[in-house]
Amino acid sequence: MTVTRRTRAPGARAAYLNGPALALGLAALLPVAFLAVFFLLPVGGMLARGFLPEGRLDLSGVPEVLGRARTLRVLWFTLWSSLAGTVLTVGLGLPVAFALYRLRFPGRALVRAVVVMPFVLPTVVVGVMFRSLLASRGPLGGLGWDGTWVPILLAFVFFNLAVVVRTVGGMWEGLDRRAEESAAALGATPFQVWRTVTLPALAPAVVSAATLVFLFCSTAFGVVLTLGGLRYGTVETEIYLLTTQFLDLRGAAVLSVLQLVAVVLMLAVAARTRAATETTRRRVGAKAAARTPRRHDIPALGVTALAVAFVLLPVGTLMVRSFRRSGRWTLENYRALGDPASTPALRVSVTEAVANSLRTAVDATVLAVVLGLVVAVVVSRRPRAAGWRRVVAALDGAFMLPLGISAVTVGFGFLITLDRPPLDLRTSPALVPVAQAMVALPLVVRTLTPVLRSVDPRQREAAAALGAAPWRAAWTAEGPVLARPLLAATGFAFAVSLGEFGATSFLARPDRPTVPVVIYQLISRPGVEHLGMALAASVVLAVLTTVVMGVVERLRVGSLGTF
Amino acid sequence: MRHTRVLALTATLTLTLSSCSLLGGDDADETSTSADTGATADDAATTSAGATVAPPADLGAVTLITHDSFTLPEELVSAFEEESGLELEVQTAGDAGELTNQLVLTQGSPVADVVFGIDNTFGSRAVSEGVLAAYTPADLPASAEEHLLEGGETMLTPVDFGDVCVNVDDVWFANNGIAAPQTLQDLTKPEYKDLFVTPGATTSSPGLAFLLATVGEFGPTEWQGYWEDLMANGAKVTSGWTDAYTVDFTAGGGDGDRPIVLSYASSPPFTIPEGGVQPTTRALLDTCFRQVEYAGVLEGAANPEGAQAVVDWLVSPEVQAAIPDNMYMYPVDSEVALPELWAQWAPLAEEPIVVHPGQIEAERENWLREWADVATG
Repeated sequence: MTVTRRTRAPGARAAYLNGPALALGLAALLPVAFLAVFFLLPVGGMLARGFLPEGRLDLSGVPEVLGRARTLRVLWFTLWSSLAGTVLTVGLGLPVAFALYRLRFPGRALVRAVVVMPFVLPTVVVGVMFRSLLASRGPLGGLGWDGTWVPILLAFVFFNLAVVVRTVGGMWEGLDRRAEESAAALGATPFQVWRTVTLPALAPAVVSAATLVFLFCSTAFGVVLTLGGLRYGTVETEIYLLTTQFLDLRGAAVLSVLQLVAVVLMLAVAARTRAATETTRRRVGAKAAARTPRRHDIPALGVTALAVAFVLLPVGTLMVRSFRRSGRWTLENYRALGDPASTPALRVSVTEAVANSLRTAVDATVLAVVLGLVVAVVVSRRPRAAGWRRVVAALDGAFMLPLGISAVTVGFGFLITLDRPPLDLRTSPALVPVAQAMVALPLVVRTLTPVLRSVDPRQREAAAALGAAPWRAAWTAEGPVLARPLLAATGFAFAVSLGEFGATSFLARPDRPTVPVVIYQLISRPGVEHLGMALAASVVLAVLTTVVMGVVERLRVGSLGTF
Repeated sequence: MRHTRVLALTATLTLTLSSCSLLGGDDADETSTSADTGATADDAATTSAGATVAPPADLGAVTLITHDSFTLPEELVSAFEEESGLELEVQTAGDAGELTNQLVLTQGSPVADVVFGIDNTFGSRAVSEGVLAAYTPADLPASAEEHLLEGGETMLTPVDFGDVCVNVDDVWFANNGIAAPQTLQDLTKPEYKDLFVTPGATTSSPGLAFLLATVGEFGPTEWQGYWEDLMANGAKVTSGWTDAYTVDFTAGGGDGDRPIVLSYASSPPFTIPEGGVQPTTRALLDTCFRQVEYAGVLEGAANPEGAQAVVDWLVSPEVQAAIPDNMYMYPVDSEVALPELWAQWAPLAEEPIVVHPGQIEAERENWLREWADVATG
């Protein structure tokens, strides 16, 4: 497989929906069962409570809830803020992905790590840091942004930049540069090269990333509450209020269905856009692709510098404040982390919480990566029959759904549906990694699928024709290009699990809290020592994640494209 | 090339899978802790019970569901387990409102046997929805009786209480030469414009308590006007207590610019400066709403006897004494000594503002919606 022509993948490609396809279908049953039990069942249970209160269908809530002025305002804000957040994040993320995955410069690994850091910081801590910066006496107080929607958008970009940079960067890293160079040699301007060669090649990954970011923004919870000061409710915060405070399950069910419909529509549009742009690509090793910066890379590097500054401002504030107590520089906040007796507010020391977090993250990552790999392989196949193609597409979308549905709905759904054997899991410690895996799974799928789809199926067919067994053919054709994105996805899944708060706080047992849960407990207490410890623990969490991801990425997985 | 790759992958996998996972790694931990706690529990059993009794037979596990702020020293828990022969498991579920609503939602199939943390703002709901079974501890401290919930006397056992009050930064007011406010009405005066911050009633338990304080003070038809004045006077509403106190308040450790904050009567002792002797803030005792937290046995509990034992334990002198330092609330047992700093600097309101629990239950949702319209636009 030395030369592969670039071809648009025609729908009627010879696919193998026979013996191996059957095996693949069976393999897909595992993630499907996972999704059914831990997502569809709980959500269905909550919807049933809302729409079938007395066992009879009662849709009277629909016009009533939709008629509330508040509902419309909440819907509108959710929609435009998520769209704006997505556009901003993608706009900033693309140049950064270029600089960090196409260029080679000293300190690149560090910058990559910095960009990922926000992704795992607990939202409540980031909210407090943003507000400290923007509050009227804060360093940026002059901007007058405190309590407006601006910080909410900034926070969307802050948290999700990593998603764009990594999803797009992973794709970009392996792209053969020669097509761009040929276009340039033939007289295309850099913009023409970007528009006609690079962008089409990246489109699937960009759409993937944008989809994820949109879902994250539209279901953002803590950060909207903290930064919006209650003025800017979203569908997610509204479902939370209706469910946990008002116990208005009817209203919550109506909003959940709206959320579901919106997410399905959006996924369908995204899938269409992806399908229209997906082509097979020649992929090369990262080494071959990255080059040293030239003069015309200055804008991209400039934007990257800006992005790093933007990320470092809240993170830096946090770090500085973690070393201060009562106006003095001190390590006291860090020392207290290892001492269970340092505050009566905690049942375990933060060091123990770190151990819990790491253990949970290992479970969640294994679960997410194994299931995600299966899903990615299945949905990257292109069956010949239109019906099967639709099944594959639906499957692809189904695993994205958990990101778009309120964590409260899923969490309360767990409580009312998983309450009897054989699924009496409500108090099982296994639910924590399961819930975290559910959040990480879409990221794994979206990182791997664009790469898998860019592999020409004829490579597999050629291998099969030469007598390789199907799995062997897949391994030979797809294994090499998959290795690096798989590592990236693993690191990402690990980070998601370490930073996950919403579902974890709901499910984690108090004697075995994870770090974000402990940080939340600390920050909700009076006393400067608790705030200081919360900040120190956040720094530990961020550094821990960065180190783990750095180590994972550094595992040299052969060099690609050299065989 | 290929060899390196396979090696690396194998290494990753082995590393990942062999490092102890949550489920795998637990057993070892569990054994070691129970061995540890066994020793301390023995001591505690002798000291606290006053006489050494043979530990009763293993009565199985009892599950307590409570709010996020629940925490008690490990020694107390082990002593309880040792004396009762029960194994105490704790589940948490958000704040008092979320906790109560979760109980209502899982009615008939409760996650736990016993609940602690339902407060007087949600107590009536728990009682009227029938999630609780009748139980009153035999030796309920006499001082607890004044905290009994009207209509729920047989089901909800008062465990602790606290006052949610407006706090002021005395240093700020002294430095600025302004007299600090005294009453809720004062907060709408022009000299206190843009100086007050409070967590919102829809997203925060103390926020809800403050809303109820204004309802109790001004009446169910007048409080809306008060809130309009309050908002017009530049009051700031945050989502949670944390950012109101740590970001906006002048004395909460941040660089806030508002010297009046909604917090607790127990907050001032935390503002004693290092090396100082007295707090820089105080609670305004005419602005307080009293929160009482209750425990109760759940209807349909798998282990009702165990649940009753937990309720008894929560009002026992040992737990009552541990409550202030661990949960920042006042014990219902007035015989129990308060921490010194509390006794000195965290007085309670003489006459807290009262709203009838039944009225709260009937009107809560309406009030919250009206409040949201006025306060969050």
